[in-house]
Amino acid sequence: MAAEMILDMTKTYPGRTPIRARLRYVVEASTVLILFGPSGSGKSTILRSVAGLEWPEDGSIRFLSRTWLDTKSGIRVSPQDRHIGYMPQDYALFPTYSVIGNIGYGLGTLGSHDRNKRIAEVVELFQLQGLESAKPRELSGGQQQRVALARAVAPRPQLLLLDEPLSALDAPTRLQLRGELRSLLKQLALPSIVVTHDWAEALTLGDMMAVMGDGQIHQIGKPHEVFSRPIDAAVARIVGVETVVQGQVIENSNGLVTVTVNGARLKGLSGDAAGTAVYVCIRAEDVVVEQAGSGMTSARNHLKGRVIDIALQGMMVQATIDCGFQLTATITRGAMEDLHLVPGSSVIAAVKAGAVHLVPRSVA
Amino acid sequence: MNWTAIWVTVKLASLTAGILLVVGLPIAYWLTFSRWRWKFIVESVVALPLVLPPTVLGFYILVAIGPHSPLGRFYSDLVGHPLPFTFEGLLIASILYSLPFAVQPFASAFEQVDRRLIEASWTLGVSKFSTFFKLIVPLSMAGIVTGLVLSFAHTLGEFGVVLMVGGNIDGETRTVSIDIYDEVQALNYAGAAKTALLLLGVSYGVLLLVYAMNRKVWAIWPQK
Repeated sequence: MAAEMILDMTKTYPGRTPIRARLRYVVEASTVLILFGPSGSGKSTILRSVAGLEWPEDGSIRFLSRTWLDTKSGIRVSPQDRHIGYMPQDYALFPTYSVIGNIGYGLGTLGSHDRNKRIAEVVELFQLQGLESAKPRELSGGQQQRVALARAVAPRPQLLLLDEPLSALDAPTRLQLRGELRSLLKQLALPSIVVTHDWAEALTLGDMMAVMGDGQIHQIGKPHEVFSRPIDAAVARIVGVETVVQGQVIENSNGLVTVTVNGARLKGLSGDAAGTAVYVCIRAEDVVVEQAGSGMTSARNHLKGRVIDIALQGMMVQATIDCGFQLTATITRGAMEDLHLVPGSSVIAAVKAGAVHLVPRSVA
Repeated sequence: MNWTAIWVTVKLASLTAGILLVVGLPIAYWLTFSRWRWKFIVESVVALPLVLPPTVLGFYILVAIGPHSPLGRFYSDLVGHPLPFTFEGLLIASILYSLPFAVQPFASAFEQVDRRLIEASWTLGVSKFSTFFKLIVPLSMAGIVTGLVLSFAHTLGEFGVVLMVGGNIDGETRTVSIDIYDEVQALNYAGAAKTALLLLGVSYGVLLLVYAMNRKVWAIWPQK
């Protein structure tokens, strides 16, 4: 049997849309699944059900060869017996325990020698040297996050569950820890499920991504594919960024980064772009469509292209433009008529440098 | 001062508080974490001694442990003498009478423990039982001490229940509050004053300790 996670569950809270989720994917040693969606979409409930902290009224959850939940045959495996590492959104560090007390908390079954050895290993892995006897309230947000992750990882779980791992941090720390978390998850070689509503986080951390909205999973696939090819308007609205393409940084000067995407050159602001391999992310409403040959604008990027598809969405139109890569633009119906846009029209797509988001990409 | 009565009282209060710690913690845990929809029935029963006249409570306890009840018969068959008007009978009555004074502070302390901490403990493979001692008890220390101290203090001052169940046997069931009553009946106001002052001082000291440690004592205290 292939190593799989199979989840099929229904959970109803009074007065809210029932959460009905079906999910099945192949689990490898370090597969990171992203549960992506706006708050209230049910992603935390699914994570908590996998952890054994919520009990769906109907359904089943299987991980590898184990059945954790099957309402039909009455199987209910307790959170204690699932061997998972769970990190809640606000970390829930034990206030009466020190850093190593927290890390060693789940190691009660080990003898004191093995226990101390494992604690020392984890302290080193998470670079917590010097903080061993500190209490959680004395730690910074980033340190608390590392301790919480260290505590979850210490008992060598089979599966790691992270609920909005970075959302409790301030923006600069979040940016810095995003990359660290990625390499840590790969280093641990531990399958994980990460709940997030931040698309940059999803792209950086995820191998697979499930998009949730209104209690349902709408699409599942590789993150950059889901972002660039949402199956319907609902998914496009949830993910909020329609163009995600692979690019190479060729120049980085004066805070302006030049990237090439399949021959086309784009300028973006250097934010967290480290390394040369990046994802270039552009939201469709940030793209301005101009007639070919019109005058100068303040936008740094003017890409010559050809309209290859036009999709009507109410008062708005989504135009797909081929300018070396596929770029999606949202414009009004009136603008489409004024520009006489039809498939095949030559246009210029203008994008401000600030609307070109660069997310580091690991080269597989 | 009647040192025998003081000794009986201190012994009674200490044992009551000690036994309530053992009995009260599981009851409070269950009241806090059970999702049973009818648990308010049990909550009301536990709180009953707060509002019931001590004579009513004492009367029912007297009947329940008396020679005509199965419990009373079982005890006298086992030990050889009946429960009423003994120290053991008085102890049982005190435990019931002070139950809410222990359980309510315990439960309100458990209530304040963040559920997410408890869940984190479970996912780390730690059983519910161990989670209680490793996590919930240390975080509820103020409430647990409050419950202990309050049940001790409440037992020091009980009168009606003692009179109904324990009677007034020197060295066995005559407590300080009964002693004060006896002194007044005998018109020995000076003796009564000394003992009363002692009880006042101890009670006040105990409450000072409780309020200094923990400002939220009762589940039913008026909200500020």
